[in-house]
Amino acid sequence: MAETTQVPQAGPGEPSHGRRIFLIAIVLGIVADLLLWFVLGPHLPPGTMTNSAAENQRAIKLMAVMSAPVVVLVVTYFVYAMVVWRHREGDDEDGPPIHGNTRIQTSWIVGTTVVVLGLAVYGTAALWTANGAGAGEGPAPIFNPPGAKLTVAQQKAPWSPGQVLVVQVIGQQWRFTYRYPQFGSFETTELVLPVGTEVQFDVTSLDVIHSFWAYQLGVKADANPGVDNVAYAKPAQTGTFTVRCAELCGLWHGAMFNYGQVVTVSQFQTWASAKTIALASITRILNKCMPYNTTYDPTNFPANCRGRVLLQLGLTGSGGGFYNTGDPVQP
Amino acid sequence: MSLPVRVGTLLFAFLAVVGGAIFVVIHFLLSGPPTVDYSAGVTPDQGHVVNVVMQEDAQNTVSNHPDWVSYFIQDPKTKQWVHTTLFKVPAGSTVHMTIYGYDGCTPLRNPVWGKVSGTIGNVEYINGTPTPVLDSWDSCSVAHTFRIPGIGLNVPVASPTSLTANNNLCGTSPCDPNAAKGAATYGPHTTVTFSFKTPMTPGSYFWQCMVPCGLGYLDGFGGPMQTLGFMTGEMEVVG
Repeated sequence: MAETTQVPQAGPGEPSHGRRIFLIAIVLGIVADLLLWFVLGPHLPPGTMTNSAAENQRAIKLMAVMSAPVVVLVVTYFVYAMVVWRHREGDDEDGPPIHGNTRIQTSWIVGTTVVVLGLAVYGTAALWTANGAGAGEGPAPIFNPPGAKLTVAQQKAPWSPGQVLVVQVIGQQWRFTYRYPQFGSFETTELVLPVGTEVQFDVTSLDVIHSFWAYQLGVKADANPGVDNVAYAKPAQTGTFTVRCAELCGLWHGAMFNYGQVVTVSQFQTWASAKTIALASITRILNKCMPYNTTYDPTNFPANCRGRVLLQLGLTGSGGGFYNTGDPVQP
Repeated sequence: MSLPVRVGTLLFAFLAVVGGAIFVVIHFLLSGPPTVDYSAGVTPDQGHVVNVVMQEDAQNTVSNHPDWVSYFIQDPKTKQWVHTTLFKVPAGSTVHMTIYGYDGCTPLRNPVWGKVSGTIGNVEYINGTPTPVLDSWDSCSVAHTFRIPGIGLNVPVASPTSLTANNNLCGTSPCDPNAAKGAATYGPHTTVTFSFKTPMTPGSYFWQCMVPCGLGYLDGFGGPMQTLGFMTGEMEVVG
């Protein structure tokens, strides 16, 4: 229990400095919060292109609005002290000793507890309503939208507007490729999404660890070899977005980016149909040798894809391996 | 210790540190493979044509990494092979590329890179035969790839397809397409040709191989795969 002593009282004619500081800080804090919420807030990253992005932006705005009054109070106290309590010629007297204040300490503990617990509740609710808010949730996501497709059979069933669209994101040094299992499992370097549709990203890697960061979509999910990392987002508006790798992955990590597009549903269907036809020859090979799955092991070919000469050369998979113990450098 | 000795020692130490810094900058930061210039005397012109000639070898006997697979680029003036992966081309031109594939087959990590894209007609010519796609898992067909992501170019470079050819690859680099059988620089190879347009925007466009050919390195993507002058490089487009 904190030791309680008499709080020094202001002398005769001495103004209530605490009240002054508090009032100044309240006024400035309200002004700062209004500016943050209404002026700066709409421009804060990552924008509002998807429900996940909007939720991320709302969280950043909320944190900023909560932090600003604290910053304002500290700065106000700092400036007030420098101005009002500055050293004056001939005044060498120390201030009165203070040994704690139960009311202040209780208020502080209760206040911060309420804030932390409140944020925990808010954060959980935000994750719930925005289906994970664009974060990679691993292979067994907790927050799922209605109609989420968590099995390979569900993911390969043909898509129709209104359903969850599955896009598999495959990281490899140094490029992301995108596979659309509901459209015959074609794979392309282009990422095109329909507006107003819940999108399920199944993120994985063929080699080292990458990170799929679709900035304006508010989606960020690690791409680990042998792991299916699921994230959701629902585009709310058409436009262009940027995809970057957010995990240092080698020499050309900095060049591992591309641009994606959110288009209307009919434009998306036209694009997907065109891609299905244009990529038919390579899709046939993919579906035979690397049939759609949630993860892949390119170091071990399916038996029906092992060419005769490759076998004679002793090759049953592509080079490298997942952290082969023979590799000179281990992660 | 006398003053002159102390001053001399201090001066020597200072010069040693400065000298060391200069050595590091010049030797490690400013050094690199040379750039083969295909743009000399060329002005930007939509109709301009450039012929770039390269080869990829299973090894290289010209560097301190003789077991690393490597590309070479032919100098357009001297016709000599240069151990580099940097070349310069004019903006807005058509590049006719020839790659001699001297390395044996290695399957891709992702079969999708077996599809030719970004070339004129989305096709490559392997020993004169138009080819839009190669299956590197089902057949011994792909040695490496030449991919410039900045312009959407991807070309799987074909390999010799027979077991005998793959067991008798050229062992002395740079290999010579005109060498007589039995010569050290002779080896079975493919001739891959394709054409593409260079962007109108000057800049540096990196290119890489998508076959995991850095043997002995993590996922096959270390060593030569991450070293300029071997299996990755830059195409500099100049205005």
